[in-house]
Amino acid sequence: MKKLLGIFGLLVFVCVVTALKEPNFLNPYNVENTVRWTALFSLIAIGVSFVIITGGIDLSIGSTIGLVGSLLASLLTVKGWSISAALTTVMLVSLGIGLAHGLLITKLRLQPFVVTLCGLLIYRGLARFLTDDQSQGFGNAFEGLRSLATGKITLPFGGYALPFPLFIMVAVGILAAIFLNRTIYGRYLLALGRNETAARYSGINTDAMKIIAYVICSGLAGVAGILFSLNLNSVQPSGLGEFYELYAIAGAVLGGCSLRGGEGSILGVIIGSAVMRVLYNSINILRIPTHWEFAIIGAVILSGVIVDELVKRVARGKTANTKLQTAEKPQTPNSGPS
Amino acid sequence: MTPLLQVASVSKRFPGVLALENVSLTLARGEVLAVVGENGAGKSTLMKILAGVQTPDSGEILLDGQTVTIDSVRAAQQLGIALIHQELNLADNLTVAANIFLGREPRRGWFIQQRETETGSTAVLKQVGLDPAVAGPRTLVSTLSLGRQQLVEIAKALSAQARVLIMDEPTSSLSQPESDALFRVIKDLRARGVSIIYISHRLGEVKELADRVVVLRDGKNAGVLSREEITQDNLVRLMVGRNFSVSRSARQRAASVPRASALEVRAFRTAANPQHELNFSVPPGEIVGVAGLVGAGRTEMLLALFGVEPAVGGEILLNGVAQKITRPRDAIAAGLALVPEDRKQQGVILEMAVRENLSLPSLRRDARAGFRNTASERAIADEMVEKLDVKTPSQRQFVQFLSGGNQQKIVLGKWLALKPRVLLLDEPTRGIDVGAKQEIYKLIEQLAADGVAILFVSSEMEEILRLSDRALVMHEGRITGELPGEELSEEAVMQLATGRQNG
Repeated sequence: MKKLLGIFGLLVFVCVVTALKEPNFLNPYNVENTVRWTALFSLIAIGVSFVIITGGIDLSIGSTIGLVGSLLASLLTVKGWSISAALTTVMLVSLGIGLAHGLLITKLRLQPFVVTLCGLLIYRGLARFLTDDQSQGFGNAFEGLRSLATGKITLPFGGYALPFPLFIMVAVGILAAIFLNRTIYGRYLLALGRNETAARYSGINTDAMKIIAYVICSGLAGVAGILFSLNLNSVQPSGLGEFYELYAIAGAVLGGCSLRGGEGSILGVIIGSAVMRVLYNSINILRIPTHWEFAIIGAVILSGVIVDELVKRVARGKTANTKLQTAEKPQTPNSGPS
Repeated sequence: MTPLLQVASVSKRFPGVLALENVSLTLARGEVLAVVGENGAGKSTLMKILAGVQTPDSGEILLDGQTVTIDSVRAAQQLGIALIHQELNLADNLTVAANIFLGREPRRGWFIQQRETETGSTAVLKQVGLDPAVAGPRTLVSTLSLGRQQLVEIAKALSAQARVLIMDEPTSSLSQPESDALFRVIKDLRARGVSIIYISHRLGEVKELADRVVVLRDGKNAGVLSREEITQDNLVRLMVGRNFSVSRSARQRAASVPRASALEVRAFRTAANPQHELNFSVPPGEIVGVAGLVGAGRTEMLLALFGVEPAVGGEILLNGVAQKITRPRDAIAAGLALVPEDRKQQGVILEMAVRENLSLPSLRRDARAGFRNTASERAIADEMVEKLDVKTPSQRQFVQFLSGGNQQKIVLGKWLALKPRVLLLDEPTRGIDVGAKQEIYKLIEQLAADGVAILFVSSEMEEILRLSDRALVMHEGRITGELPGEELSEEAVMQLATGRQNG
């Protein structure tokens, strides 16, 4: 909880500073837009946090978004599929991608970094191939479907509105938090992320749990891919989702996921993603030259992680002292290997 | 003539245990000196002191009659003392020559003198009898068999001008022909004046190689045998000691009337030792100890029973019903539980709370539609903390901050919550202080009294004698004997553990 306060403080700080310097930050249009993008990015950050909790990584999220988004537009507009058939197909594609990652990582014992790096390249290529590298768009059609991403509920004051993706994110966030904190499977994920051997010795099917994590991650990337493409209307197969995996990972790490595994909170991940989006928005709205964008975001994440590590070290120093007093005696020297 | 190396009254204390007490030995030039003793007799500590890994609390080490201070591995190397570890210390991604000169590469400026390393390597490789066709300077170490890697390690020591070679269980992972090749090299080195300290559990090797044997027991000198005195009986007698008193438990030992077995294995073959079939059974309420020297295949047997490294053949029967166990989950479902050897890696999750560790194996049983049952988790933690007297400030405490004994209670507790019918334990009191040890013993005995069948592996003789109703003794992957309670003695166990078959 203390950890969440830190990241939440950072979010408030960035918001306040930006709002003071540029009141337009608070105008209804900007707020709605920032919330919408935060919601979309939170979806993929929640997804990747499950993988990070197992001690893994998924670098293919952006390409999965690109593939799902282009494919959806192409199926609906070029191929003329029904909405339900198209949605089902792209969701099956994304879940299948997660399943493939999980199987390769657990059964063939490949490294998550390598598997998903290859995924990053393959799905991007696939997206461009399937669409002939032509930009796809919904035009003025599919208004109903597009309102999933573009719709909003107007609030009765100041012209503010809640964008529809926010509700999707809240629903997914609540489900994810329940899964992680209330079911045995969430506990299994946390346990195996800390110590896979001990988890296996405790009778946990660690392989199956890891596969589930990758399926959740790619599945949420699929959902996000659908929403991103509906929101943007015009989809570039070569560009949609590029670098999004890095925003997702950064949001998850800012939100308290340790890349060593075994740690993570869904609320933290959502706040972490919000920090990312607000920073991005601040850079634009404060008219800081956009070529500074990456450098600033990188520097903020780095300082966040450094501060977090220092805080942890101070805490550890305190507990280390108490540990010394209760520490076990070193093992009796043994003539054999132990 | 002054001996090459003299160790005079060296003592070393670790918190809670006196590992070495006034241990002395001498080593002559061109002598092969065997150092033997049971697990925990202090052999490794002594060798680590000689190799500069640890420093003695008191006593002297003399080299060529001069007192020397060996306070680092580098200091030992400069004095010409090289330790060849049981687990080899080669970088197997590098070539033989690169390994031989690792850390002391001949160089010009920033550049390694490749040719010099190769000619230097060729010379020492010849000394250890390695054929340049199979193990030349440019061969990758990873392509060599373990036996050849061992020889490379010796060549490395020779290249560093070692005068004293310390070999710790060098044959533990070698095949017979590889061991024979190693023995030839050792004899050859001896002939050329290199002194060798040879640590081994295998008394046959000691007989073949040693000029003298120093026996350690409980961190003290137990005796020295000259070449002609080296016999298995003499060795075992010195290793065991005559006045060894064992505090046998007062518990009523389980009667040896045959009963239906809780656990029975038939023609059971582990992946580690597939050539040997294991057959034994454990009735409910009996405590069966598995004795043997390190590397006898005991841990592998437990891991196979528990499905971590599934068996390659044979049957496991629980209460007479054959079980298919290919993963820990199967074993747990069948009523088995394992308290593993490496507590911190396999037993507990250090960065998780006491309560979460205790409830981990029970989560599935107690879940409702996949949701954790927090009430039962709390109940399990309450019960086990109370029953096992776990000393922790709260159930929210991370297990890493508990003492070894309390961590082990957590491991026991998480299994007891499942009420296993068969409890497997691997070195149940390793690294645990004396008080907690007694508590663990009482718990094990209590469980047996409640009808749990118990199979435990221990390298501590005292533990085997103290707890076992019956002991199985293993040697090199086989069960060499079974000792019922009345025949259980340290001497009998050691005879079987060093490879002498009974009946």
